[in-house]
Amino acid sequence: MNCEGGMESGDKRLLNAKALKAQEIKEQWTLMSLAGPTLLIIVLVIFIPVGWLFYLSFIDGDGQFTLEHYRKMIEYKSYARTFVTTFEVSLLTTLICIVIGYPLAYFLALLPARWSGIFMLAVLLPFWTSLLVRTYAWLVLLQRKGILNDFGQHIGLWDSPIKLVHNMTGTLIGMAHIMLPFLVLPLYGAMKKIDQNMMYAASNLGASPVKAFWQVYFPLSLPGMVAGSLIVFVLCLGFYVTPAVLGGGRVIMVATQITAILENQFNWGSASALGVVLLFATVVVLYLAARFFKLDAALFGKS
Amino acid sequence: MSWWTSPASDTQVTHGARFWLYVVAAIIMLLLVIPTFIVIPMSFSDSQYLEFPPSNWSVRWYDEYFGSSKWMRATVTSLQLGVLTMLLATPLGTMAAYALFVSRHKVTKVIFMLLITPLIVPVILIAIGVFYAFGRVGLNNSIPGLVIAHTAMATPLVMIVITAALRSYDLNQERVARSLGATRLKAFFTITLPQIKFSVITSALLSFLTSFDEVIIAIFVSGGSNATLTKRMFSALRDFIDPTIAAISTIMVLVSTILLLATQAIGSKGKKS
Repeated sequence: MNCEGGMESGDKRLLNAKALKAQEIKEQWTLMSLAGPTLLIIVLVIFIPVGWLFYLSFIDGDGQFTLEHYRKMIEYKSYARTFVTTFEVSLLTTLICIVIGYPLAYFLALLPARWSGIFMLAVLLPFWTSLLVRTYAWLVLLQRKGILNDFGQHIGLWDSPIKLVHNMTGTLIGMAHIMLPFLVLPLYGAMKKIDQNMMYAASNLGASPVKAFWQVYFPLSLPGMVAGSLIVFVLCLGFYVTPAVLGGGRVIMVATQITAILENQFNWGSASALGVVLLFATVVVLYLAARFFKLDAALFGKS
Repeated sequence: MSWWTSPASDTQVTHGARFWLYVVAAIIMLLLVIPTFIVIPMSFSDSQYLEFPPSNWSVRWYDEYFGSSKWMRATVTSLQLGVLTMLLATPLGTMAAYALFVSRHKVTKVIFMLLITPLIVPVILIAIGVFYAFGRVGLNNSIPGLVIAHTAMATPLVMIVITAALRSYDLNQERVARSLGATRLKAFFTITLPQIKFSVITSALLSFLTSFDEVIIAIFVSGGSNATLTKRMFSALRDFIDPTIAAISTIMVLVSTILLLATQAIGSKGKKS
């Protein structure tokens, strides 16, 4: 009604413009205030504590400004090793997840909805299970007298029990298992959005199934794969539990180092500085990805 | 024509040509699921050591778990935290998601990004930060402190689930109700909420599980008589392997399986209605 009427209602609107504007602002603020409590909690739990750590990372024992905590990271070899290990574990875990996750997501995406729902449970069940439980399960499976060692010896892959856990191998196996759903779910989402007609068109134009896959399907699934890989990589960077248990003290990642510094030296400055660097690395990775891959569209699914 | 030579799609692919994919996918799915279920037979072993398959069966680790006041107390703490987090995170997250979705203000995008930072900031950093800040105000080792911290971790997930639900819901229905005289509050509760209720339930289950399974913040912030189940499990895993963990793990797998199947059932119901 108020759209029609031209001048007349236009004048009316002009008369009420001030009141209308005031009411709109009031409504916007009322709405915004609904997000207030959540914002308060996030500020209390994330912004103030992390900000405080940021401050602590620049303060020495006497309360003076210092860059010592950051200088230590460059000077001491153990820090460099920690960063290299963290990067190595994160990268390898991401690569393993891509190699294993792509065929699985592809398989799930090909299935009719009725079946994919059932097989999807294989991805969702581990996702919903406590990571402590899964880490414990791998500890059992990978130990010297575990099933995997027995099986390997039984079929003659190796003669004596090999060390599968409390080292890098165990850490990577456990982490890949825990991270896989984070790759498969966005990748599956991206694959489901691919228009099947594209594949028909490729086939119709004479492409073999293999060629059609690599030239049409794969490029279209890339945004989902990039989004999933990023989530995995970023989560790996700050991961604590699995490397601590399955690494058996041999795989020192940044998170492990932070806890060790706090437990052994009670040095808040060093621990904070390490945490700040970790956060910085995470933000840089996400920022670069957002720039190059239009990440928000892939992550938050603007459909 | 057998299944092997029958076409798998309309692009010259047969099931036979794709058979390798089925095999690979089956192996991967088994590798995903087996570790989750391996704890069940382990928990009925009679042995002190991690042997598989167990040579003798018993329920002694369940006796151990249910008979230990330490484990029982930790379980009660974790359940309490899970329920309180769920009761806090679900309404708060829903309110925030609704507000940011409906409002057309320019800052909504910025606020949304601020509210999902718990998903971006490494949890270890949140954990030590909260440990430090809570230490200053005496909230460490307390239930309220842990509930606040876990709520911050769960709310972003609630927001993402509810925002996705609101996207597929036609907001004009609420406008109709309001133009017919309903207040915004009434329109929300009588028109919008019933239509997104399955997503609200899913997000509630998700926030319960987020708190119940949370390890790292609990390691730092919980302690003493308020230590959570996950904190006790973690130290038991790191120091020496107590087979009681197999019994606890079995119960946890059971809980998450039930919750997952519940959300799946809710999801299919939600699609139908």
